[in-house]
Amino acid sequence: MKKLIDQEKVIKNMAGRLVKNNFFKFLFFLATVFGLIVLVVLLYRIFTQAIGWLDIDFLQNFASRRPEEAGIKAALIGSLWLMVIVAPLSLILGVGTAIYLEEYAKKNRFTDFIQTNISNLAGVPSIVFGLLGLTVFVRGMELGRSVMAAGLTMSLLVLPVIVVAAQEAIRAVPNQLREASYGMGATKWQTIYRVVLPAAIPGILTGSILALSRAIGETAPLVVIGIPTFIAYLPKSIFDTFTVMPMQIYNWTGRPQEEFQHVAAAGIVVLLFVLILMNSIAVFIRNKFQKRF
Amino acid sequence: MAVIKQDSPTYSVREMIKEKKAKQSGLMFVEKLMPKLLLLTAVISVLTTLGILFTLLFETFTFFSRVSIIEFLTAKEWLPWNEENGSFGVAPLVTGTLLTTGIAMVVAIPIGLASAIYLSEYASDKTRRIIKPILEVLAGIPTIVYGFFALTFVTPLLKQIIPDLGIFNALSPGIVMGIMIIPMVASLSEDAMSSVPNAIREGALGLGSTKLEVALKVVLPASASGIIASFVLAISRAVGETMIVAVAGGSSPVLSFDVTQSIQTMTAYIVQVTTGDAGYGTTIYYSIYAVGMTLFVFTLAMNLLAQYISRRFREEY
Amino acid sequence: MELTVVKERTEQKKMNEGKEEKAVVYRTKNLNLWYGEHHALKNIDLDIYENEVTAIIGPSGCGKSTYIKTLNRMIELIPNVRTSGEITYRGRNIFDKSYRVEELRTQVGMVFQKPNPFPKSIYDNIAYGPRIHGIRDKKILDEIVERSLRGAAIWDEVKDRLHENAYGLSGGQQQRLCIARCLAIEPDVILMDEPTSALDPISTLKIEELVQELKKNYSIIIVTHNMQQAARISDKTAFFLNGEVIEYTDTDKLFSNPSDKRTEDYITGRFG
Repeated sequence: MKKLIDQEKVIKNMAGRLVKNNFFKFLFFLATVFGLIVLVVLLYRIFTQAIGWLDIDFLQNFASRRPEEAGIKAALIGSLWLMVIVAPLSLILGVGTAIYLEEYAKKNRFTDFIQTNISNLAGVPSIVFGLLGLTVFVRGMELGRSVMAAGLTMSLLVLPVIVVAAQEAIRAVPNQLREASYGMGATKWQTIYRVVLPAAIPGILTGSILALSRAIGETAPLVVIGIPTFIAYLPKSIFDTFTVMPMQIYNWTGRPQEEFQHVAAAGIVVLLFVLILMNSIAVFIRNKFQKRF
Repeated sequence: MAVIKQDSPTYSVREMIKEKKAKQSGLMFVEKLMPKLLLLTAVISVLTTLGILFTLLFETFTFFSRVSIIEFLTAKEWLPWNEENGSFGVAPLVTGTLLTTGIAMVVAIPIGLASAIYLSEYASDKTRRIIKPILEVLAGIPTIVYGFFALTFVTPLLKQIIPDLGIFNALSPGIVMGIMIIPMVASLSEDAMSSVPNAIREGALGLGSTKLEVALKVVLPASASGIIASFVLAISRAVGETMIVAVAGGSSPVLSFDVTQSIQTMTAYIVQVTTGDAGYGTTIYYSIYAVGMTLFVFTLAMNLLAQYISRRFREEY
Repeated sequence: MELTVVKERTEQKKMNEGKEEKAVVYRTKNLNLWYGEHHALKNIDLDIYENEVTAIIGPSGCGKSTYIKTLNRMIELIPNVRTSGEITYRGRNIFDKSYRVEELRTQVGMVFQKPNPFPKSIYDNIAYGPRIHGIRDKKILDEIVERSLRGAAIWDEVKDRLHENAYGLSGGQQQRLCIARCLAIEPDVILMDEPTSALDPISTLKIEELVQELKKNYSIIIVTHNMQQAARISDKTAFFLNGEVIEYTDTDKLFSNPSDKRTEDYITGRFG
């Protein structure tokens, strides 16, 4: 019987196929490290531009018309003020929503609707949240360009991210633990509060810190709200006007003088430092409590 | 070994529980209250969506009472600042947005997909554990930083290749936006590819396929829906991106496809108006809502499309 | 002194034995249960007596786990479960609207297939039950913790590390910890759903010895896929097959002289 497959031909082709495989493997690898290269270039550029401009004075000075006197004090403190509103508010709302969806909600169309709504909300551009904040909080509630108005806007912006992270963390708590608690005669809320939440807290915190660090770096909604960039005082209450780091950096980036680019770079270094700090905490929590079940 | 129950010399836990139970009416109150409170928090997210919708609809409506919707959709010029013969044709802003988005996709889709293939099909667990956090860092950098990078590094760099390049242009922010979106495409596509069961890969490898053939002819087709969904989400992300284009793209709404010159995207226009001194109640003020509405509709449609694709064409293993 | 009290009581119980019928703890009448369309339990009639170990055996999917989970209404955590018929616990219908599940589950403890301690310290695991029922006094809690751990024969192994995470214990220790956690609220009945299926033989033996000890003071219902285990530790055995009770009688009789052909086939290993 004549063979349908010519073995010799197969072997001859094999070499070419292997070369092709290795070539593409290299190409795919290159694509993967491309991101890494860009990251290195970006950081290198910004750090070299910031050198000489980033000093104690930079941290202690307010904004100024003169680049050598400009500092980030108001913006740095302002970003912390923003967190005073955003962190508790978005956590309470986000975790509350996640508990409701995972533990209480029945599987029906209303629950589906809330769930779909949250994933769609996560896809709404941040600038649109700015329009919401401008209309409802700044003008509607007459909060002005205050910490409160910005905090409410940012809380709604990161809410979907926190909900999804908290849902995943709650879902990862094994059902056996809930059963054990119910088996002791615990009520539903007792089970959630004493068993589910403590077990889910590391996951919730990790996700939430990442979400909050997004809020720290977010600019667009605050531009729309009209958060000022030239502020030479610190807010005294949550109803005062204020500025934040990304706004300050945006302002410096737009200045025509070459020197302000260095000031902006110095500002970016401070911003990145805060973000790295937050991310390290998140990673630390993740590693410390990973795989406990 | 002493097994003690009600024989306890000092007290009985069972009796104590019974006693406490009588006093625990507060507990049942909390039990009834909590789901209602939690439902309330869940409703906030729905209210947010409604808030966005009503804000946009209401203010857009005001805008269209001053400028005809026909003009908005068909006029070819966006000249809101001209007092006398101003024109509110959204086309130039849409063009600017599509231009930067298109460039971003040219960068993000091939590189993101290639990374996904590498991570899912070639990389060892160890490599994956190193590379994925780096991609996460790349995704976590604030957009204003990317904007600064585009304006002060990428644009001058490109200018050495293209001498005609303007200080503000579509190319530089487009490329940087693409880089920013790579991690998103890579990670979503990799998720889709990783969910293809290993048995299918082993089947193909067992027939003598190379890894490349497995990746391209088996894994890619099997995870196509998830991959395409990730592209659609990436487009949506690029359309809504603000700071990069606001910083490096310029503010010239022109109906042209020249990537070397200054353009203006929808998002950058909103930024321009809100940082400027256009007073509350002016037509320009209301125009940002009409532009925001366009943006919202566009991104929502993309997100729904992505959900539809990944749900409708999901492979069941 | 404690010991003598217990001894006296058990001796008295022994004297009573044979004289009068033991009290019925659980009476199941014509119980049916469906998971959606699937009819999982069919016309179950079963009486369970005080201070006995009742074993439930049968092949996988026969409904034995479903039945034991119905006894403390844990089955209701699964969506789309429907029941008909009646189960009375100490004379009260457990499906009665006025009977709160939390109350039932306080009186009826449960030990699960896989050890499921909370990711908390050993102390907090045991104190969990008393705490949720409003007992907060530190001194009383300390005493409950010690008493329960002693009751589950694990005190000596853990007394020096009460505040360490329970996940550091071995599987067998974890299961005894779960039993101790159950004892802490002084239940009347203990339900055990294949408590040794995830354990090694030595840990299994320890749990079996413990069950023997516990039955002096508790009524125990144990689901097991291990016939030898049922024969070793139980007083009565019920054989379930396809959601029905095929045979329910004294363990000795069921294993030596089964009256139903299917029981005989099962215990001689012809199926299952």
